[in-house]
Amino acid sequence: MAGKPRALSVLTNGFLKENPTLRLLLGMCPSLAVTTLAVNGIGMGAAATVVLIGSNVVISLIRKIVPDKVRIPVFITVIAGFVTIVKMLMEAYFPDLNKQLGIFIPLIVVNCIILARAEMFASKNGPLLSALDGLGMGIGFTCALFIIGSVREILGSGTWMGLNLTADYFDPATIMILPPGGFMVMGTLIALVNRLSRKKKAEAAKEAEGCPVGCHGCEKAS
Amino acid sequence: MKELFSILILAVLIENFVLSKFLGICPFLGVSQKTSTALGMSGAVIFVNTLASLVTYLVNDLLLKPNNLEYLQTIAFILVIAALVQFVEIVLKKLVPPLYKALGIYLPLITTNCAVLGSALINVDPSRNYSLLQAVFFGFSAALGFSLALILFSGIRERLETSDIPEFFKGMPIALIAASLVSVAFVGFAGLVI
Repeated sequence: MAGKPRALSVLTNGFLKENPTLRLLLGMCPSLAVTTLAVNGIGMGAAATVVLIGSNVVISLIRKIVPDKVRIPVFITVIAGFVTIVKMLMEAYFPDLNKQLGIFIPLIVVNCIILARAEMFASKNGPLLSALDGLGMGIGFTCALFIIGSVREILGSGTWMGLNLTADYFDPATIMILPPGGFMVMGTLIALVNRLSRKKKAEAAKEAEGCPVGCHGCEKAS
Repeated sequence: MKELFSILILAVLIENFVLSKFLGICPFLGVSQKTSTALGMSGAVIFVNTLASLVTYLVNDLLLKPNNLEYLQTIAFILVIAALVQFVEIVLKKLVPPLYKALGIYLPLITTNCAVLGSALINVDPSRNYSLLQAVFFGFSAALGFSLALILFSGIRERLETSDIPEFFKGMPIALIAASLVSVAFVGFAGLVI
């Protein structure tokens, strides 16, 4: 049933169009908390991607057996199982990263992205498509975390991925790696994405129905 | 007593869950549009978090620890919290209908509030070494800190509604920038020595 174009669009959906962090505004806690370093962003993103793919596949496989009424607890249990596996793997192979991410690894369980994809996608589609969806969403999440982490690390510590960039030339703005910087970078980035995508949307809307109120008064614009 | 007081100051001001530990951001941004909804959510979180701290601490101490099953903490806690939220909902509905009405729609949302699972996990962190009383009090204080941030922030957001904001900053972006300014204030508490 899954034609090639469908599979591809499922995969790329999460990159930009439905980017979980910047467009759907899901999973804000880890996006803000662990992004003081770009590396942490990648680590967190990778952990979440593994959980996403695993839980999406399993949930898609059991979607016909699970009664509708108890599906949320079942989904959460499956997700928690995968999170535990990821946590143990990280403790064993990346102890430093595990220490940096700390409590946010077990908290992947309550990351809304994963439950949202289980509910919206995996419970309605086959395992292969669900795996692709998990991968796409995971990559989108990782990219968003990496961008936020990069901005905060460059501005806040003057380094990037451990490379010394500007730290020798001027004092970095420490506030960027403190909590306020996280909120600020995130807000500005979302505004930027809004700005970029609104242009396209506004043009499309105009072409589609010649909006009489103009884009300012248009409800679709928000 | 002194210890409990220092836990209170620590959890509410210095390590505020929302503004310096980034736990519970989703409800913080989601239900802060009006002060009245913020109050409802705060009540629900304080109630459930205190209860959840008690139950998860006991589950960890009496069930998981003696059997060397600590690696199951994540799974056990999330299930306990989900069940607890359901249970609280049913009990409140039967026994205290007015409270149930006030908290109503916020209760189910709490299951996926990472502040609750977060404080359960922090409570059993071996480096904290909390006793049962301290753990319950920490859960209560952390939820109190969450409420403080949420209610403060909802006041600001009510004002944002009527202010003139650049087009693409409307909604979430400006809310995040405002949150950033609120959290600047809380960074000041980091210097407190207790």
